[in-house]
Amino acid sequence: MKLLRFFIVGVVLGIVLTKSEAVSWYRIFEMFHFQSFHMFGIIGVAIATGVLGIKLIKKKELKDYRGLPIQIHDKQRSFFRYIFGGIMFGLGWGLVGACPGPIFILLSTGLVSILVVLGGALLGTYIYGIVKDKLPH
Amino acid sequence: MELFTGTWHWAISGFLIGLIMLVLTYFGKTFGMSSNLRTMCSMFGGKKFSDYFNFDWREQKWNLAVVLGSIVGGYLAIHFLSSENILQLNPKTIALLQEIGIDNPNGNLQPETIFSLSSVFSLKGFLILLGGGFLIGFGTPYAGGCTSGHAISGLSNLQLPSLIAVIGFFLGGLLMVHVIIPLIF
Repeated sequence: MKLLRFFIVGVVLGIVLTKSEAVSWYRIFEMFHFQSFHMFGIIGVAIATGVLGIKLIKKKELKDYRGLPIQIHDKQRSFFRYIFGGIMFGLGWGLVGACPGPIFILLSTGLVSILVVLGGALLGTYIYGIVKDKLPH
Repeated sequence: MELFTGTWHWAISGFLIGLIMLVLTYFGKTFGMSSNLRTMCSMFGGKKFSDYFNFDWREQKWNLAVVLGSIVGGYLAIHFLSSENILQLNPKTIALLQEIGIDNPNGNLQPETIFSLSSVFSLKGFLILLGGGFLIGFGTPYAGGCTSGHAISGLSNLQLPSLIAVIGFFLGGLLMVHVIIPLIF
């Protein structure tokens, strides 16, 4: 039962990303050509909502559902891993038009091709885990 | 009804995604979908090969529940909230697709050229799908997060590393869409 609330959050996420068409290869292609405001609007409003919410949480020192203070961790400082890992991710995102969330969501379309993308993604993470200590971060 | 079955407005969608991130924060978690790739590698025996997968994946069950829910959500959206009127793309984008040789939406979320069964069973098509997945799977743990972890969670907390990562996402995406895609199709 503890997992039910996360499942419900997931259902909402799946519906929103599908109905906003953020899961569509076409929307990502259109976004990288700057030919529609749609995706920029989605990401922009999500960030604006997030910024205001996180500000409120910090300012009011809001507690989580168990009554514990909400901790928001800062990301580790670095440059290379973010730019280089980011470019790799972007190349994949532009090619198959789906980031990790949509890859999972698109499994619901029953397309075999999405399984191949997921297989590639798991393989990529697997290889990263093996070679990571040899990479500059 | 068209309000629910047509394309959801970006403002409503963006607001709901921001809210999802905040709800997960309230539940004591961090919104990030790519962590699940690492969790799955750990579940499927990755522990033997790298310390990176040597953690108790059961602590990540909540995130797997989000994934499972999102698949169900996607299914509900496609089967019960669908309309013919999806993907009203910019006419310029449609013309560009024709020029490159990629089919237009016609009610599908993904182009047949890349995602049809026949492309899965062609060498080139298979390598495109596998390679694209690989770049995502390798790049996201390297960058420490994806669109949800960096662009939404990280930027909402005004993190400079996330801004660098998002700039990287766009550099990679622009290079792929403007230079590489016209070359390979």
